[in-house]
Amino acid sequence: MSSTATANESTASADGVGAVALAPVNARLSAEEKIELFRQMVRIRRFEEFSIRAYQQRKIGGFCHTYIGQEAVAVGSISVLGADDHIITAYRDHGHALAVGMTMNECMAELYGKYTGCSKGKGGSMHFFAPKRNFWGGHGIVGGQTPLGAGLAFALKYLGKSGCCLCYLGDGAVNQGAFHESLNLAALWKLPVIYIIENNYYSMGTSQTRSSAGSPLAKRAEAYDMEWDVINGNDLYEVREKTEQAVRRAHEDHAPAILEMQTYRFRGHSMSDPEKYRTKDEVEERKQNDPIILFRRTLEEEGVLDEEAAETIDQEARAEAKASADFADQSPEPPAEELFTDIYKDDAQLRASLEAQKQKL
Amino acid sequence: MAKITYRKAVNQAIAEEMQRDDNVFLMGEEVAEYNGAYKVTEGLLDRFGAKRVIDTPISECGFAGLGVGAAMYGLRPIVEFMTWSFSLVAIDQIINNAANIRYMSGGLIHIPIVFRGPANGGVNVGATHSHTPENYYANVPGLKVVCPATAYDAKGMLKTAIRDNDPVCVMENTILYNEEWEVPEDEYLIPFGQADIKRKGTDISLIAHGRAVLAALEAARMLKDEEGIEAEVVDLRSIRPLDIDTIVESVRKTGRAVLVEENKPFCGVDAQVSHVIQDRAFDYLDAPVKRVSALDVPQPYNDTLEKMVLPDAQRVYKTCLAIL
Ligand SMILES: Cc1ncc(C[n+]2csc(CCOP(=O)(O)OP(=O)(O)O)c2C)c(N)n1
Ligand SMILES: [Mg+2]
Repeated sequence: MSSTATANESTASADGVGAVALAPVNARLSAEEKIELFRQMVRIRRFEEFSIRAYQQRKIGGFCHTYIGQEAVAVGSISVLGADDHIITAYRDHGHALAVGMTMNECMAELYGKYTGCSKGKGGSMHFFAPKRNFWGGHGIVGGQTPLGAGLAFALKYLGKSGCCLCYLGDGAVNQGAFHESLNLAALWKLPVIYIIENNYYSMGTSQTRSSAGSPLAKRAEAYDMEWDVINGNDLYEVREKTEQAVRRAHEDHAPAILEMQTYRFRGHSMSDPEKYRTKDEVEERKQNDPIILFRRTLEEEGVLDEEAAETIDQEARAEAKASADFADQSPEPPAEELFTDIYKDDAQLRASLEAQKQKL
Repeated sequence: MAKITYRKAVNQAIAEEMQRDDNVFLMGEEVAEYNGAYKVTEGLLDRFGAKRVIDTPISECGFAGLGVGAAMYGLRPIVEFMTWSFSLVAIDQIINNAANIRYMSGGLIHIPIVFRGPANGGVNVGATHSHTPENYYANVPGLKVVCPATAYDAKGMLKTAIRDNDPVCVMENTILYNEEWEVPEDEYLIPFGQADIKRKGTDISLIAHGRAVLAALEAARMLKDEEGIEAEVVDLRSIRPLDIDTIVESVRKTGRAVLVEENKPFCGVDAQVSHVIQDRAFDYLDAPVKRVSALDVPQPYNDTLEKMVLPDAQRVYKTCLAIL
């Protein structure tokens, strides 16, 4: 278990425990805002638990990768973004989707493959999108989103916007060629893209140490003269502080960066994972650093949150998740015509062939 | 004869060939310690050790190309793609390097490599994970492409692929992994370029490959039960080389052909088969050649819609009736 010590170390190596909370980006948070951040994490946790239940009831099919254990990464990093900042991620995308403000209903309905889902039931768990909320997916091919993140940043710069793009990827995805090519492009052309490696220590059944040479992963940025940092991804304040710094650099200098956020996934890779590659003890030990419990403790110490309020938030999140499952359950299936829509934006010349297929159904 | 699963058949083929030839090795994501994402390679690490059963990082382009390089020097790699959808990350290595190096070197080098893994839709995993790229790869001179439909064919053809001195793409199917077929204990090899008549008939030829063969067989049963029609089911088994003679012989006999595939129709495998039939059996045809392919749309996630995309026995049956 050589890989597991690091998340704690990174906190310790900052200016001492507690100092992190004083960073301006956190110090200026109101009590309500802090509670809101806590609520976002709890909502993701409860949503995922209901998605697992629905999967076991066979209401959700295919792959379903939950975000349980990693909530502080999406919630913390997205919380520092402004109107012109954008987000793109891989297939473990439910947490990011909720953090950008997508509703539980549209997300759950998509998992159920229903017409009311964010992609009308055509994309599924791995392919959520909400461009109106600056959320560009949800990408199923490992590493495939990394050049897209650079492309979004390129477009922002091209159009003279001050925003940046947060592009998330897993610890397994860092070994895709596309990622390395993207890093070079981002550094060479000074693109405001921040790669956030969500290091949960496993890519499916392969531990991070068995898949990647060189440590920490974020250090790969050095080859491209790019900023990098290693962050305790279970500490919401630290995630916010370090992301905010990188975002500021991206806004001011179009500087790309790699932030490695060390965290852990508490559940299996997808739904049918016997998890023989790690021990129960390891998982239990890592649960001691549950980002939700850690932040709750912090807020309790700050006197911002008490047990009763935390309980209420939890109950509300459960109720909302349950309601989303009911909503998804009662929603209609996409009609067969949907097979033939959304393939091309401009399908005038292809309409005839699509219509011909529809007639044959 | 004992029945074994398709999964076991693939596993046995790999194990037997690794036993036979020390230069054969297996690499891919999760093939060793995890025993394969679909448990196809179960037990191989224990039996052959980490030198020959190798877990790779998620670097398809890298390890597929590494395989090509190792094959240039005389090793016989079996490269597993967790699914063929992910081979698209490595397509440059497969097409530009594996397929062309022999030709460009004027025959100085050959590339005895196998790329294998499942290539199918039908499991609700959406557009990026449901590709059936047999047509893309079969389009490339220098590659061989096979799509076994049964455990028997999978074992015999994979063994042939491993002994073949050129790059071979073996496309399996996750939905078939649990299905059982009779497989002999004694060693056998199935040569490429030999279609298999899975059912004899006189009235119409159903020509299929991969899992679509099962839909064709089911449709043939329905035609017999409900209409008294004897359909012949031709399983192509290998796409390139293609067994033109068996196709032509069957169609000349029956005068009618329905082509069945899970491949997308546009520039799909059966567009080629259809051409072969009009070219070589035109005068024998009593009706136009019909195709039952996947719908010409990306794969939807929704289960109900996805079922409509893939060909099934009912669609094959109806199409047959339309030309009988
Ligand atoms: C190109 C490609 N290869 C393989 C896969 C199968 N696959 C899906 S997730 C995964 C592991 C990825 O691990 P990591 O990047 O650490 O992300 P995590 O699942 O931990 O969030 C693999 C191998 C894929 N989707 N795409
Ligand atoms: Mg990971």
